[in-house]
Amino acid sequence: MKRFLIGALAVLALAASMPLIFHNEYFFFAGYVVLQFIVLATAWNILGGYAGYVNFGSGAFFAVGAYTAVALYKAFALPLGLQILAGAAASGLLGFGVGMLTLRLRGIFFSIATIAVAIVLETVVLNWHYVGGAKGLPIMRPVETPFFASHTVWLFFVMAALAVLAVGAARYIETSWIGRGLRAIRDNEVAAECSGVPTLKLKLGAATLSGALMGAAGAPYAQYLSFIEPASTFSLNYAVNALAMPIIGGMGHWIGPVIGAVLLGSVQQIVTVTISSEINVLVVGVMLVVFVVAAPEGILGLFRKLFPSRKS
Amino acid sequence: MTPLLQVKDVSKNFGGFMALDGVSVDIAQGERFGLIGPNGSGKTTLINCVSGVLANDSGSIRFDGREISGLPAYQRTRRGIARSFQIPRPFASMSVLENLLVPLEYAGTGKLDEAHEILKQMGLADKAATQSNRLSQVELRKLELARAMAARPRLLISDEAMAGLSSNEISEVLEILFKLNAAGITIVMIEHIMQAVMKFSQRVICLDAGRIICEGTPAAIVAHPEVQRAYLGA
Repeated sequence: MKRFLIGALAVLALAASMPLIFHNEYFFFAGYVVLQFIVLATAWNILGGYAGYVNFGSGAFFAVGAYTAVALYKAFALPLGLQILAGAAASGLLGFGVGMLTLRLRGIFFSIATIAVAIVLETVVLNWHYVGGAKGLPIMRPVETPFFASHTVWLFFVMAALAVLAVGAARYIETSWIGRGLRAIRDNEVAAECSGVPTLKLKLGAATLSGALMGAAGAPYAQYLSFIEPASTFSLNYAVNALAMPIIGGMGHWIGPVIGAVLLGSVQQIVTVTISSEINVLVVGVMLVVFVVAAPEGILGLFRKLFPSRKS
Repeated sequence: MTPLLQVKDVSKNFGGFMALDGVSVDIAQGERFGLIGPNGSGKTTLINCVSGVLANDSGSIRFDGREISGLPAYQRTRRGIARSFQIPRPFASMSVLENLLVPLEYAGTGKLDEAHEILKQMGLADKAATQSNRLSQVELRKLELARAMAARPRLLISDEAMAGLSSNEISEVLEILFKLNAAGITIVMIEHIMQAVMKFSQRVICLDAGRIICEGTPAAIVAHPEVQRAYLGA
């Protein structure tokens, strides 16, 4: 625990000192995306990796966070911190609601419902003119950002903090009795229930937390782009990446989604800049197929096979 | 003294198929109880209703004097009903020891020593660190019982813990069950292996098509003409 705290503080200090090393603003613009994917992948893994309930609608949870923040910003000019809290609360509630409706049943129902929710919510937002509807809404960034060189650098730091928070939460869950309960659910839900595990409560808790973290990741999105519109906010890209990254990194351990997000996120940024933004979707697809076939336990699984004595 | 488990007029319907049809049985504290019957007679359905995996359609199930038929399975486990599964359902991604930690943390005492103690009792001590999907058939059966025991049950339901085992292995598992009973745990044994049921049980019921056709001592049960017709194939 102590080692993790020191590591977390070191990551934050590193993030804060980045402007001393990199002077090109694009680094922070790209880095933000990678950090955002760390949050999304880690959040997805809490329910999908630990408990085995696959969320295909991560984009919707992300977008609910983003649009909650936008609506509150427009109505009350809430500061970013409160926008993030509100976005997290809204998406957490969405996770709880979808969970209440579908997690009483075992199996695929939750996954199907998440797809449906994504489609329904996108349609709602397309017709919600207050936040711009289909044509989108420009968001004015604050003119000044105290302590930080620019607003992008500030958002980069905020997302780094959210990533540390998400990974910390995932790690706590994984190593505690909660994580053992979730793994028992994934392995055999009936046996888990008969071993005293309150399966519905645990699944609902995981769905709520997972949703809340995705919403938190989405909340600063409009400020990051200075603009918001439904098609890119609800993009399938988020749903695919949120599940591809843990699968490629390794789902059993909190570091897996982080590895997957850093690797896939960076590769996608590089490919977008050097080749084309269409190719980066192909990269995810190809890597996902390769890993599912050749290394179903992800990079962590490969690592364990190569160094069997090491416990990672 | 009130019986530990009181099942009264319990019925369970699967879309027109009467799996249980008004079953009533009392099981006393400390009893060794056998449950036999042909395949499809409702044995597993009955214990699914008792353990909470299924909800009974009608009738009442009382444990320790209190109605439990509305409770979810995990709460029944916490009150003291633990079971093993006919087809072993290990937590395959976990080691043997971790398998025990789940009930230990959620329904038992949470003390790690106890898990080791149970593994020793079950003869699984040297397998504690083994991944549970690498166990042999008999080890899996023992793990089922060990995991049930980690919930600190007062009533242990053993669902065909011996199916497919050799006679040596059967005696091994029987011995474990006798020991647990001697420690004060009430045991319900569902089994097709008659010599095991005969040896173990103080009292037996035979189910057929969702009804109890006979109840009595093992010797009386075997001699009963209904049981011979329905189950023993005389």
